[in-house]
Amino acid sequence: MGTPSSISFDAVIMGGGGSGMRAALQLAQSGYKTAVISKVFPTRSHTVSAQGGITCAIGSADPDDDWRWHMYDTVKGSDYIGDQDAIEYMCSEGPQTVFELEHMGLPFSRTANGRIYQRPFGGQSKDYGKGGQAARTCAAADRTGHALLHALYQGNLKNNTVFFNEWFAVDLVKNQAGAIAGVIAINIESGEVVFVRSKATVFATGGAGRIYASTTNALINTGDGIGMALRADIPMQDMEMWQFHPTGIYGAGTLVTEGCRGEGGYLINKDGERFMERYAPTAKDLAGRDVVARSMVLEVLGGRGCGEKGDHVMLKLDHLGEQVLNSKLPGILELSRTFAHVDPIKDPIPVVPTCHYMMGGIPTNVQGQALTQDGAGNDQLIPGLFAVGEAACVSVHGANRLGGNSLLDLVVFGRAAGKAIEEMLAQGLEQPQASDSDLEQAMTRLNRLNESQKGESVATLRAELQDIMQNHFGVFRTGEFMAEGIDKLQGLGERIATVYLPDKSHTFNTARIEALELQNLFEVAEATAIAANMRTESRGAHAREDFQERDDENWLCHSLYFPSKKSIGKRGVNFSPRTVDTFEPQIRTY
Amino acid sequence: MLVSIYRYNPETDSKPVMQNLQVEVPAGRDLMVLDVLALAKEQDPSIAYRRSCREGVCGSDGMNINGVNGLACITPLSAAVGGGKKLVLRPLPGLPVIRDLVVDMAVFYKQFEKVKPYLINDEPPPAIERLQSPEERAKLDGLYECILCACCSTNCPSFWWNPDKFIGPAGLLQAYRFLADSRDTATTARLSDLDDPFSVFRCRGIMNCVAVCPKGLNPTRAIGHIRSMLISQGT
Amino acid sequence: MVISVTNLSRSGLSDWIIQRASAVILAAYTLCLVGSFLVHPEMDYATWRGIFDNTAMRIFSLITLAALCAHGWIGMWTISTDYILPLQFGSAATFLRLLFQGACILLAVVYLIWGIQILWGF
Ligand SMILES: Cc1cc2nc3c(=O)[nH]c(=O)nc-3n(C[C@H](O)[C@H](O)[C@H](O)COP(=O)(O)OP(=O)(O)OC[C@H]3O[C@@H](n4cnc5c(N)ncnc54)[C@H](O)[C@@H]3O)c2cc1C
Ligand code: SF4
Ligand code: SF4
Ligand code: FES
Repeated sequence: MGTPSSISFDAVIMGGGGSGMRAALQLAQSGYKTAVISKVFPTRSHTVSAQGGITCAIGSADPDDDWRWHMYDTVKGSDYIGDQDAIEYMCSEGPQTVFELEHMGLPFSRTANGRIYQRPFGGQSKDYGKGGQAARTCAAADRTGHALLHALYQGNLKNNTVFFNEWFAVDLVKNQAGAIAGVIAINIESGEVVFVRSKATVFATGGAGRIYASTTNALINTGDGIGMALRADIPMQDMEMWQFHPTGIYGAGTLVTEGCRGEGGYLINKDGERFMERYAPTAKDLAGRDVVARSMVLEVLGGRGCGEKGDHVMLKLDHLGEQVLNSKLPGILELSRTFAHVDPIKDPIPVVPTCHYMMGGIPTNVQGQALTQDGAGNDQLIPGLFAVGEAACVSVHGANRLGGNSLLDLVVFGRAAGKAIEEMLAQGLEQPQASDSDLEQAMTRLNRLNESQKGESVATLRAELQDIMQNHFGVFRTGEFMAEGIDKLQGLGERIATVYLPDKSHTFNTARIEALELQNLFEVAEATAIAANMRTESRGAHAREDFQERDDENWLCHSLYFPSKKSIGKRGVNFSPRTVDTFEPQIRTY
Repeated sequence: MLVSIYRYNPETDSKPVMQNLQVEVPAGRDLMVLDVLALAKEQDPSIAYRRSCREGVCGSDGMNINGVNGLACITPLSAAVGGGKKLVLRPLPGLPVIRDLVVDMAVFYKQFEKVKPYLINDEPPPAIERLQSPEERAKLDGLYECILCACCSTNCPSFWWNPDKFIGPAGLLQAYRFLADSRDTATTARLSDLDDPFSVFRCRGIMNCVAVCPKGLNPTRAIGHIRSMLISQGT
Repeated sequence: MVISVTNLSRSGLSDWIIQRASAVILAAYTLCLVGSFLVHPEMDYATWRGIFDNTAMRIFSLITLAALCAHGWIGMWTISTDYILPLQFGSAATFLRLLFQGACILLAVVYLIWGIQILWGF
């Protein structure tokens, strides 16, 4: 392929989802030369699928609502490994960012007095857990992600952001000093390979739910940012923490929002029993997602599952009445009818816990700057690299994300990163230099794929990978079984590295893209597997049968996965918010 | 199941051909057309098509399925083939083909951008959100849900003839989405931008767009509203 | 590219209104003629002449003729900008379209003058 041509920017954002476009908007207004690169047209990013809403204490449903209560819920939800400085920042900056979205045109649903409609979501409380269920999730019917993503795209159009749509980022260009000089990207339509040089490279590449066979995630959620970072020897934080959403449609994997339970729906087993009353007497169906998902699995294991195979439970909505369902959950009616062949106005929806969200990712500070650790275990910034959104681990979600907190994370930290980069550019941020050999290094993977003469097909290898993850790293985990999974992954690794690309054409070659995505999936899966096996406790979404208790003595910390040695290290959790007292770890019950 | 797919790669083909593939579909389950396409791609990885969400919300996989525009991911195979035995997949009509089922949407997006698809309100915003009553908000229902899949515009003869000048159903639906928003203050300017013989008035009201919209939206009605607004503004 | 210089008003709205208003006039005129045939079952040249000796009828006819020309022109112009495009005719399209539009205008003007002559010419 030779050396690729190059283009230069002050800042380049990889990803046109909610986080990428929020960062882009900030930078577009700054006057610096910036661009967004996205492998799909921006409004086709996964953020469009978000349904239930964006959680934030804007004081509409309850005028006395307080961002500190939201902070308390989030810290508790994270099972105490969310960084309290970051959570504080998110919850306190939240209202302003949500109002900005509204001013941009986001069509939120409304209350009778014209304010933004808020619905209850899981894990929400008033008065630090003492005041009962809160309603804090701002919603646009059950299409909040769609409304948010389109509003952000519209805002970017208004501000003339430069988009490179249907461009695929392949690998980071990293120089000898460890700074990031940009990325290698393919223009999918023409097949042209370009070195996109940038003073600040922002990863907003989203999640990687496709490592599992059953997921609520879009087909494009292949963890490309994580893959690229790992290949550039950047560590990953908390990769064992994967959220399984309680209500994925049985058989299809598509999500029905937690908002269903927020509006008053509940789960039943084959006896029609509302079983969450047993597992979480206070919050019931609105306990943390990890808690609800585990309870569902226990019901199934206890022989109280529904259906012929007894392998799922039901979400009951019909008692809410047709009118509420039509106005508050129209998208859910559509999805259930299409994918479950069920009309929720009359019948319950079959659901199972389904892989939903990656709490882990590229470790960053509150400004979105990516971090690594030096030899002595101190945080060290990686020059030129930023991460926001699901690809990043700030970490506000810790071991378990609360519903509606991801959309907030996207816009709060997208904006923060944009502002930070703007300031750094104003102070004369320099373009890291890259030598020919650095470029060559970044081109290795693509060249190898383009020269492949034989090997296995993407589809076979992908299916095998997804099955291993599904079977060995699911809702409940055990050491023995995970070790077996890791063995299997090892065998698969070399085969995936030498995957065969039969079609070498240039124009819109999706086979090439899928092969590159598969390799990213593998990187994510491997990091997940190794981190999960190392964390010898149960915390948040990470539930081990062989270590059923939370172990604050040894594991009240982040895990850090180092790709070169495939080893796990630890990183301290921040317990020092600036304006409020620390929330000390407590036993987590709902 | 016999699947017939429109194939065209500009690097190797001088003109498009229909490729026939035999795809084994598992019995007892009604797959979506997108699943069938994925199975076909396992046989021949060189087939190109767009897809992302696989649940009908991102608008990537608009295509012509047995003669009807729709989203592959939410069109059940049984509904697509009806009583027939063959699934026929072609790119959306009326737009240039890049490769196989992938069309060049540039002109579609250009028409969308032409209507200034963003809220315009030059008054300084309040410290909280702008207030809007549930009734005012209800006017946006049936408008804001558009996923820009282009099924409608590529089914509209007026858009085929004048894709560069007629805004088309999708763009006009968005034009009306902002005209109807109580928070937008640019109504007059928006309307005068639309008052040329092509942008709105090429709509013939034949509802081809309504017939295929996978989100059940009604661009024709929105166009009617725009026309009424133009008349009452009397520009 | 279709060039809209040949569109007279350059406003889609006025075109649209003219087209509908002229259609109403045409319909009214048709009704009026049908009516006179009903009132005079045995229509001969003298009766016919009589109807048109009435000034009001002459003016109505003239207005209708003008409406017909406007209606026809807008319709033909629209057809020409839908179907005489590079899409169908390649690079000759602009020339062909202008030719067609020229012919339509000429025809309309000829009919209008001829109509005035018939109504008031003797
Ligand atoms: C079904 C569903 C419902 C959800 N509902 C909610 C909810 O109600 N509330 C909530 O808070 N959260 C919700 N979430 C979670 C939330 O939607 C996601 O975490 C969030 O949208 C991720 O946004 P993002 O900006 O990080 O990435 P994404 O929106 O996933 O965008 C990633 C972007 O990166 C680009 N990209 C990726 N790889 C490359 C590459 N190699 N080259 C170029 N570009 C690339 C993509 O094109 C895309 O533009 C939901 C998630 C799911 C799956
Ligand atoms: S109603 Fe109008 S916009 Fe819709 S298909 Fe017909 S001409 Fe096109
Ligand atoms: S109006 Fe319907 S068919 Fe047209 S682009 Fe929007 S969603 Fe697609
Ligand atoms: S893949 Fe998103 S609409 Fe079909």
